[in-house]
Amino acid sequence: MSTSTNPSYAESRETTEGRVFTVTGGDWDQVVSGHDPINDERLIVNMGPQHPSTHGVLRLILELEGETVREVRAVVGYLHTGIEKNLEYRNWVQGSTFVTRMDYLSPLFNETAYSLAVEKLLGITDEVTERASVIRVLMMELNRISSHLVWIATTALELGAVNMMLYGFREREYVLDIFELITGLRMNHAYVRPGGVAQDVPDEAIVKIREFLKMLPKRLKEYEDLLSGQPIWQERTKDVAVLDVTGCVALGVTGPVLRSAGLPWDLRKTMPYCGYENYEFDVPTTESGDVWGRYLVRMAEMRESLKIIEQALDKLRPGPIMVADKKIAWPAQLAIGVDGMGNSLEHVAKIMGQSMESLIHHFKLVTEGFRVPPGQVYVGIESPRGELGVHAVSDGGTRPYRVHYREPSFVNLQALPAISEGGLIADVIAGGASLDPVMGGCDR
Amino acid sequence: MTEPNRPSEQPGGGVPVSRPPIGATSGAPAEYPPASAAGRGMFGVHGTGDTSGFGGLVRQRVAVVSSPRPYGGYFDEVTDALEEAYPGFADAIENVVVDRGELTLHIRPERIAEVCQVLRDDASLRFELCSSVSGVDYLGSDARRLHVVYQLTSMTYRRQIRLEVAVTAEEPRVPSVTSVYPTADWQERETYDMFGVVFDGHPGMTRILMPDDWEGHPQRKDYPLGGVPVEYKGAEIPPPDERRSYQ
Repeated sequence: MSTSTNPSYAESRETTEGRVFTVTGGDWDQVVSGHDPINDERLIVNMGPQHPSTHGVLRLILELEGETVREVRAVVGYLHTGIEKNLEYRNWVQGSTFVTRMDYLSPLFNETAYSLAVEKLLGITDEVTERASVIRVLMMELNRISSHLVWIATTALELGAVNMMLYGFREREYVLDIFELITGLRMNHAYVRPGGVAQDVPDEAIVKIREFLKMLPKRLKEYEDLLSGQPIWQERTKDVAVLDVTGCVALGVTGPVLRSAGLPWDLRKTMPYCGYENYEFDVPTTESGDVWGRYLVRMAEMRESLKIIEQALDKLRPGPIMVADKKIAWPAQLAIGVDGMGNSLEHVAKIMGQSMESLIHHFKLVTEGFRVPPGQVYVGIESPRGELGVHAVSDGGTRPYRVHYREPSFVNLQALPAISEGGLIADVIAGGASLDPVMGGCDR
Repeated sequence: MTEPNRPSEQPGGGVPVSRPPIGATSGAPAEYPPASAAGRGMFGVHGTGDTSGFGGLVRQRVAVVSSPRPYGGYFDEVTDALEEAYPGFADAIENVVVDRGELTLHIRPERIAEVCQVLRDDASLRFELCSSVSGVDYLGSDARRLHVVYQLTSMTYRRQIRLEVAVTAEEPRVPSVTSVYPTADWQERETYDMFGVVFDGHPGMTRILMPDDWEGHPQRKDYPLGGVPVEYKGAEIPPPDERRSYQ
């Protein structure tokens, strides 16, 4: 006699006393066979925003199946400081001091991109002096090295090579000393200004740069001896977080990550600025598109930067470092006094004692600033992380109407799901680090 | 081509603003049109406060004007190629502006995704990389005050162009270009966050830099800035747009 009950949990039969169920219990093996504990159990893990390997305040929400990452969502904005909005309430020159604080590992790139945009708006791009451009290139390439050194230091730390972290920061400190010698500050320099640079490079700095040029190649060799042949480093980087050229371009990823996939796209070569077309250097690429490739590209880029610095030192001829236009250039040559750096005493004596017009001019230019003809421009430069773009709009006033930074950290981070989904959770760290995001730049 | 990196002779250079200041041509100190919410000095200052004439009196407020042909350089080639590849060209392009060696195509908002598709895929255009998407708020100088600006890069031809669309604050809707350029995802979210432009068809139109429960769109020019109360006889540091300042 058949019954309509579901046979899976109890058999039953009809008797004269009524229906009788025989409950035997389910077959546990049968019950669990439809469920895969490794692959079905999804665990949502929050990583960050305070996590040592998220490069600042980046938050990742990972959906895991065992150790496999199924989905990644990056949450940014924890370091948003409204720099772009702030710029609209300061004059054009003051902007330099704000933008330098965006991507704090490459301040000189932020400043240079901003200055190039303002100069383009003013129509004085061609009037920027040779020496100012060479100094900009010199400083940017030193900065590229210091930024890449931090990258190798932090990435190696995250993958377990703690001593590499110490070495990387040690050499970066040397570069920061050079910056301090030239600009007065280790970071946040506000050194590159619209129209040129704030002050000239002292002779001691040249000596120190030459020493650095001798020292760094040996140190780079040491790093490679330490890392390249090491099995753990290779296992953690090779074939990890792969992104091909198509993926990079679709996701807007530029810089070393794009070059590690094989496309030699470097704005210094493809759309030169600051006279980069006059320097002899190569654009290193690899074919692998993985973390290993990005490591090789960045190491090679440091060597190329050394080549550019050497050429820049040779090109450094005496000359003005600011445009000649007195309506744009800062009125006073800065000088080191007993109480630190400030306006030179001769200049103060002149404006206070001799020339009322100079005093008025100084006052107007410093308080009000110069006007920039209305219009908009976009300038892209090659920062250590990729295309750093500045879209600047002027309404004809003394303050920016709108400045937008196309931050490579911000854009590149979008690729994190693409390179880490389907991989292991440990590779999220390697992949994320290989994008080299700096949250100060990402969130602005 | 206009000389590269030079402001064009055309007044305004492609920025839509309303009219020239009184006194701009007479050589008298500049008096500006009544201040908009976009900028006002403290102590009721409505002009520059400039009595020296140093400011140069160059501030001009004029509407955006199409540049005449030839545009120069690759700009003619790009425009022609787009016209050929895209049947709706005449309808979709509002203005073509060349200024400071840069080409800007002003596009009707509803056509932006189609235009991007053609610009990316056509063999003679090939703008593969969308470098940047951002917004500008032209409050008081353009009725369609919210502009979205797209910087496109052709890696094949090493060219750059800018697309610009304008929408009103009341109906701030623009089709998303994420289906053409996936990289626009976060950048459109940022534009939404900062300017309140809603991108139709975006996979997840949420805030990105500001907290999720934030009210208002901070980069709009009429966004209140707020002052800082200080503990001195009830004084308050005024918000930056109300402080004494030069314009």
